[in-house]
Amino acid sequence: MTKEKEPIWIARELSRCSGCRKCEIACSLYHEKRIWPEASRIRIFMLVPGVEFPHFCAQCEDYPCVKACPVKALSVSEKTGAILVKFNKCTVCGKCIDACPGRIPHMHPTEKHVLICNLCRGEPQCVKVCREGGWNVLKKVSRADRAYKLYARKPEETTRDLAVKMYGEKAEELL
Amino acid sequence: MILGYSGKFLEVNLTTGSIREITFDDDILRDYVGGRGLATKILWDRLGNKWGTIDPLGPKNTLLFLTGPLTGFFPGGRTCVSGKSPQSNGVVGSTVGGEFGVELRCAGYDGIIVIGEAKKPSYLFVKDSDVELRDAGHLWGKDAKQTVKILTKECRELLKKRFPRYGEFKEPAILYVGPAGENKVRTAVVAAKWAHAAGYGGYGAVMGSKRLKAVVVKGTGPLPAVADMKKVKRLIQVVCDNAYEEELWRRWGTGAAGYEVGAKTSSEPVRNWQDEWHDERSFGVDQFEDRVWIKQFWSDFGCPTCCLKIAMVKNGKFKGAITDNPDYELQAYLGPNLGIFTPEENVFLASLIDDLGLCGIQTGNVLGFAAELFQRKILTKEDLDGIELKWGDAEAFAALAKKIAFREGVGDLLAEGTYRAALKIEKTKKVDVLQYAVQSKGIGIGAHGIRSDKDYPEIISYACSVQGGDHTSIAALPLSGSGSELWEIFNDSAVYCNFNSFGLKRKVKLDFYKAVTGLELTPDEWCNPKALRILHLQRAMLLLGGPDLKWNPKIHDDNPPRFYKPLPSGPYKGKRVLKVKVEKDKKKYYKEAGWDESGIPESGTLRKLGLQDVDKALNKIRHVARV
Repeated sequence: MTKEKEPIWIARELSRCSGCRKCEIACSLYHEKRIWPEASRIRIFMLVPGVEFPHFCAQCEDYPCVKACPVKALSVSEKTGAILVKFNKCTVCGKCIDACPGRIPHMHPTEKHVLICNLCRGEPQCVKVCREGGWNVLKKVSRADRAYKLYARKPEETTRDLAVKMYGEKAEELL
Repeated sequence: MILGYSGKFLEVNLTTGSIREITFDDDILRDYVGGRGLATKILWDRLGNKWGTIDPLGPKNTLLFLTGPLTGFFPGGRTCVSGKSPQSNGVVGSTVGGEFGVELRCAGYDGIIVIGEAKKPSYLFVKDSDVELRDAGHLWGKDAKQTVKILTKECRELLKKRFPRYGEFKEPAILYVGPAGENKVRTAVVAAKWAHAAGYGGYGAVMGSKRLKAVVVKGTGPLPAVADMKKVKRLIQVVCDNAYEEELWRRWGTGAAGYEVGAKTSSEPVRNWQDEWHDERSFGVDQFEDRVWIKQFWSDFGCPTCCLKIAMVKNGKFKGAITDNPDYELQAYLGPNLGIFTPEENVFLASLIDDLGLCGIQTGNVLGFAAELFQRKILTKEDLDGIELKWGDAEAFAALAKKIAFREGVGDLLAEGTYRAALKIEKTKKVDVLQYAVQSKGIGIGAHGIRSDKDYPEIISYACSVQGGDHTSIAALPLSGSGSELWEIFNDSAVYCNFNSFGLKRKVKLDFYKAVTGLELTPDEWCNPKALRILHLQRAMLLLGGPDLKWNPKIHDDNPPRFYKPLPSGPYKGKRVLKVKVEKDKKKYYKEAGWDESGIPESGTLRKLGLQDVDKALNKIRHVARV
């Protein structure tokens, strides 16, 4: 359990993901009031069938995206530890995407700003729906001094690792 | 415009390469909803007056990829594939799971209508309103897994190049055919991901006949606006909570049935339905789970059930074979139906069938049929190109499946599907082999028998269905009851996964429809006139049939002969279907549907449904049916 408004982190166990994308549905409903998978801040990648996993902000302890933003559109929330995007400042230059070791941020499909998980003010909607299903990929935990940035990985990198874990030697043929 | 629809459809002419956007009047969407319902309307309007002359595998057939208003909203996304079926010569609303329908709606389209025939292998690439036909020469001949791999990479690279500052693109959704579709095998599927298939109907062959290898879609918009999003959210929760309660399907998917439908209900095809009972514990779901399942929960868009599992053989000679559970139908048809009772052999065959782009049900049906003819010495080893087709020999069945997919040697004959192959074999061998063909109107019977009377289909379920042997669209009495084909038409027209609707009251589905579209729909109004109208269009096109085969209800509204023979073993040994009972129920069904004694829709019924032109078209078969 976390205390209210304490900095949090979403712990993740990627290989348990079923690919149901209920997180995308919940995220876009909360932030966009629509079901809108491409406008979701958490996105399920399936570059190889069976190898589905959520790709979303790892909240690196050194915040390279915030440092890279030339117009100070990104900041870190003191309350939750999340990265906040000032929509009206963002120039969609893409520097935060290039700075992210996992190329995690992506542009809003229709609006002029980048999309990064803001932890829903401390009550992540994706975690709620994921836990409902009982196979629990995501879990809300208190933010600690850990190497969270290890989770900021490109979709291809994560795909390769999970594919090998699942399919063993056969993975090479599928990647 | 009605809410819940993108409002636009794509029409792609492969002959000329022209691509345009079209719309349908609100009245049409209100009456036919989408998916299967809308397919019948589009097909009748475009091809109805020449239906009997249209070759399903020729350039004049129309191929449809349709969503419905509930696609993406109702948990468990699906897409409906339709057209004139090369199996039944009628219309089948064949649905496939996955994200394709959702991507398509997010791209701004409710469906794609494909006409004509491409000169060279092509694929269609849709990125929102940018739509193009691309060369598929490098994909032709590629199996399922390679096709998915190449297209995923290629299209993501295209997107990256075109939108360099967007960030990482997720994979697009893909519908495709394998070699079997390319070779116009009548048991070929339209596939998605791996192991996801629109099988019934044989639309993989239609796609192949048009040289359309795949349709790839990336939609970046939202799902369409709805009437009441708050209510939609609440109903999603109702559907999910209902599914979470169903422990069996979440834990085992349909994978428990490979043992249970044989051992408990005696309704599983065993050695081409010579029996429907087995008690082979080696085929238990525990053995699948413990030995071959590598992923316990595998879902499609929004699905709380996760009936799919991923299986992989880890050792032995079939090492490296990957497929889903397999689901019950493929467990049964590529398992006991072929005398196979181990998970490894079953996964091996299912994986191969997926890779070749074949339908596990229809191909399993024709493989079993061939094996029985071999058992009875009607087909010899020479007839089978040297294959000794013994029950239980997975490698022999694999060799024959490959021949079917490539139409090589005897494979060319069996690629026609059980019924058409049976007609040809009768001619050459001068033996009644139709008695061993377990199908209805060109469509192999789903793996749920009716002899024991312990499974869900009824004695007229396959005989009277407008989709023949399709176990997901069965006829049942009373016609207005919740188990009748009219409610399957609802699932397939609103287009969502019926597995997530089990245990739900009809009211929830109709409330869902209203929350999305804003349109009130009562159960009575759905049954009559809406679903009844769709049913009649399907019935009419099925009976008009052609060009190679036509159905006479007096002869073909019937069960496979095997179902009239007693079950040879098991707890329901001796049970069989009685012809007199079938005739009695048929009569009742005809009457409820508004069909005359020979099974043709009556003029009065058709006129009441506003189908005057259908009435006129049926005149030419009325007179034939009566003699």
